[in-house]
Amino acid sequence: MDIFVQQVVSGLATGSIYASVALALVMIYQATDVVNFGQGSMAMFATYICWAMLNAGMPYWGAFVATLVIAFVGGVAVERIVLRPVENAPILSIVIVTLGLFVIFTSIAGWIWTYVQKPFPSPFPSKPLKVGNIFFGAHDVGQIGVTLIVLVCIYLFFRFTPLGLAMRAAAHNPVSSRLCGIRVGWMLALGWGLASVFGAVAGMLVAPVLTLDPNMMGGVQLYAFAAATLGGFTSPGGVVLGGFIVGIVENLVGTYVSFIGTELKLTVALAMIIVVLLVKPTGLFGTTIVKRV
Amino acid sequence: MVFTRKLLSLFLAVGLAGVTLAPVVSAQTVVGVTATEIKIGNTNPYSGPASAYGTIGKVIGAYFKKVNDEGGVGGRKINYISYDDGYAPPKTVEMVRKLVESDQVAVLFQTLGTPPNSAIHKYMNQQKVPHLFVATGATKWNDPKNFPWTMGFQPNYQTEGRVYASDVLKKHPDAKVGILYQNDDYGKDYLKGFEDGLGDAAKKMIVMKQSYEVTDPTIDSQIVNLKNSGATVFFNVTIPKFAVQAIKKAHDIGWKPVHYLNNVSSSLATVLKPAGLEASKDLITALYMKEVTDPQWRNDKAFTDWVAFMKKYYPDGALDDQSNAYGYNVAMLMTIVLKQCGNDFSRENLMKQAANLKNVELPLLLPGIKVNTSPTDHAPIEQEQLARFTGEKWDLYGEIFDAFRKQ
Amino acid sequence: MDARARRTLAILALLAVACSLPFMLTNFRLFQFTQVYVYAIAILGLNMLTGYNGQFSLGHGAFYAIGAYVSAIMMDKWNVHYAWTIPVAGVLCLIVGFLFGLPALRLEGLYLALATFSLALAVPQILKYFEHWTGGSQGLVLSKPTAPFGLPLNPDQWLYFLTLGVLIVLFWLGANLLRGRVGRAIVAIRDNHIAAEAMGVNTSLYKSLVFGVSAAYTGVAGALSASVVAYVAPDSFDAFLSVTLLIGSVIGGLASISGAVLGAMFIQFIPNWAQDISKAAPWAIFGVFLIVFMYVMPFGIAGAIRLLWIRMQRSRVALSPKPRETAAT
Repeated sequence: MDIFVQQVVSGLATGSIYASVALALVMIYQATDVVNFGQGSMAMFATYICWAMLNAGMPYWGAFVATLVIAFVGGVAVERIVLRPVENAPILSIVIVTLGLFVIFTSIAGWIWTYVQKPFPSPFPSKPLKVGNIFFGAHDVGQIGVTLIVLVCIYLFFRFTPLGLAMRAAAHNPVSSRLCGIRVGWMLALGWGLASVFGAVAGMLVAPVLTLDPNMMGGVQLYAFAAATLGGFTSPGGVVLGGFIVGIVENLVGTYVSFIGTELKLTVALAMIIVVLLVKPTGLFGTTIVKRV
Repeated sequence: MVFTRKLLSLFLAVGLAGVTLAPVVSAQTVVGVTATEIKIGNTNPYSGPASAYGTIGKVIGAYFKKVNDEGGVGGRKINYISYDDGYAPPKTVEMVRKLVESDQVAVLFQTLGTPPNSAIHKYMNQQKVPHLFVATGATKWNDPKNFPWTMGFQPNYQTEGRVYASDVLKKHPDAKVGILYQNDDYGKDYLKGFEDGLGDAAKKMIVMKQSYEVTDPTIDSQIVNLKNSGATVFFNVTIPKFAVQAIKKAHDIGWKPVHYLNNVSSSLATVLKPAGLEASKDLITALYMKEVTDPQWRNDKAFTDWVAFMKKYYPDGALDDQSNAYGYNVAMLMTIVLKQCGNDFSRENLMKQAANLKNVELPLLLPGIKVNTSPTDHAPIEQEQLARFTGEKWDLYGEIFDAFRKQ
Repeated sequence: MDARARRTLAILALLAVACSLPFMLTNFRLFQFTQVYVYAIAILGLNMLTGYNGQFSLGHGAFYAIGAYVSAIMMDKWNVHYAWTIPVAGVLCLIVGFLFGLPALRLEGLYLALATFSLALAVPQILKYFEHWTGGSQGLVLSKPTAPFGLPLNPDQWLYFLTLGVLIVLFWLGANLLRGRVGRAIVAIRDNHIAAEAMGVNTSLYKSLVFGVSAAYTGVAGALSASVVAYVAPDSFDAFLSVTLLIGSVIGGLASISGAVLGAMFIQFIPNWAQDISKAAPWAIFGVFLIVFMYVMPFGIAGAIRLLWIRMQRSRVALSPKPRETAAT
């Protein structure tokens, strides 16, 4: 029984890694209807900026906040400068542009800071907590906590603030929104800015576990996509739950299903996604979009 | 009418372009060598998931620059051409073909990665181009009968696995063994060596094997399972990123097995310090090189020479990255081979000299470990020594294990 | 000469050039062009599904891998002649693609893309698992085919002609399919699913069939690549391959047959150019290329050529001093 609980706890921790990255993806999707394949790279880049500041001697929380500000400005700038010329292009062309962002950020990070991995500090204490026979890493608990806080913030923002409402309107129906006086272009930019902030948070939380290097987000991003697909791209809460589910199921399968064992863990996670999609094509908590003919 | 004419002239232009793309075959008789230069080719993963190893390609370039600054070899400068293959075998094939057929290099040196080298293994031998000191620990490069133009460099992973197995059999014959390994050729090679080393006892002693993919974020789950299996000996085959996690997690959940860590992750700065020096106490590894962040070598001449080289020729390179010492060592060996060639840099002679190294000492190798090759032995380094981490440094113990003699 | 005859002449001229290349280029360049043709076939497969039929696939690398491994295993384990492995790979991928297309019917746009992406991600792990067949992470080393019937061609020249031949056949078949009734049905499904259904098009059947055919094309490309590279390993078929095929497809021009060749040339040669331009950050240059291409030609190269052609036609009509035919006074 102990090992079951321990694996679930571990799964929650890994799941929160996927969830935090996935939240940034969902944020952009909700705000702009585009999946940003460069999200992970941009988050990694922001984390490197934080690392550079820490290396120069700044205290942790100072560097943390400064990074969030830089990430926000950067996200807005990328949207206004890079994405604006293709705003009306076919969706796949926009996807290619985001792929371009992905390789550019990764390559430049490698050029500036080299590809050698660097340790990144955690704001949480390193001694594990013990409850009964179960060990909780303090960083893991902190990660789960921060992810949930971010989730709540997103929910409140979209639901209860006029700005959030304006952003949702701009994404959903740009033409009508313009008629209502909403500056659609800046709403999109704002969406990107916020998503970059969440990405940076994810990056700075994940770097202590994964060690910082330009390809850090590569593997995680794949799992984040899985989590977002499972939960439904239109639901931040669903995405977080999706992340937890992916993390937990992966661990349990690796532990208990011996013929699959750990050599097919990824395959199982992905098979899971596909099965869920067959039953609920827009994810567990995604809203079905009804198209009028 | 106009259209047709325009079309025909377009295709004529394309045809001419095709002709000009064909290279002018140079009039030199020795491929890749002129009176003033020797061309050495290389591919490395400068991008993609294995890009951390790209620094090896760079430090080699820096070393050759130093050699050129000091007069070159045989009165010639080394022209080092290195391409990015992103660790993707089809790209390696393309870039190596470019080096051999387009750039006409004399020798291919230190191409990195087992799948990339597997992809060009047959080709290099068909083309009869020296395929020297490949940067992989796989065992198959030491096969001079079938692949006379290919040669490895470092002690291979299977040998290392056997070193640990023999230590386990000697010191902990009743132990239960748990293994964590990366699910690819590197991890599986170590696993094979270890299992072969345990021999018949393997089935009884190994109670659990857990694997992971390079794309996995953490291996915490695997460590938990290994502890739960009751293993008292832990064979840890992970790259630095995951070695840190493994050591830390094992420590956090209170699991204290006899912990064998593969050589790939033996760096103090990259692995042991981030994992925690306390948590890393009593780790065992097998070494063949001096570990550059180990304080016991701080005043060693070879080490200070290397630091001076890095500062002058490769200032961007990290001084705590063992890869930079590895690249320095192997570039030095290549230079020794070149010097041994005298004035004959034909491919045949390059291969002959590479297979004729007798007790060559490289300063960054551990004392007592030497490079030896012969026409029937294409494994330059086959010796390793076990070391235990004291919390401060790697304490070498026991005798030097020599895989060649054991055969 | 009317448009049709002009187009045929153009294609024949291009073919003549293509056939002369093996006698003018080095073996290395031939190898690169052979790779281009292989990618072109794979991209045409993807184009059919994503460009013509509107089903987003980020997982075509999986079919490429299946094709390559089917061919490799047949050659390695059963000593089958390489030529036979190609149609077998095609048929197998047709079936797998069709089977995958059935559940894919329920998925749209983004979710379909991600489901296919998941498939592509799982493939390397599955390949490593069935070690006995696939050689695991070590992969399978294969032999390069030599020219049959004692033809005076070296292996590179022979492979070039073989790949070119397969390309011509598949492109011709594809063109006939996509320019005829079936093609119109396929495009109709993409443009307005519900209207197509209402007009009597069996959308489910067509969508699954297109999936199958698309997979078959990419599978054949994979099988060819096994002989061209003479080595298969799970590392060769990672997520980046699927992304690369998509890039080639969009850059070349989505709903376009000639676009497939243009896109293939892009993904083969531009990364090399980028390395020549900047040793330090070549992929950054590649990324900039991608973005600039999408700015200038959002519909791909083929799309841009088409637009240019239309504009030229329009200006020609506007400038021509044709007398206006007036209605009866």
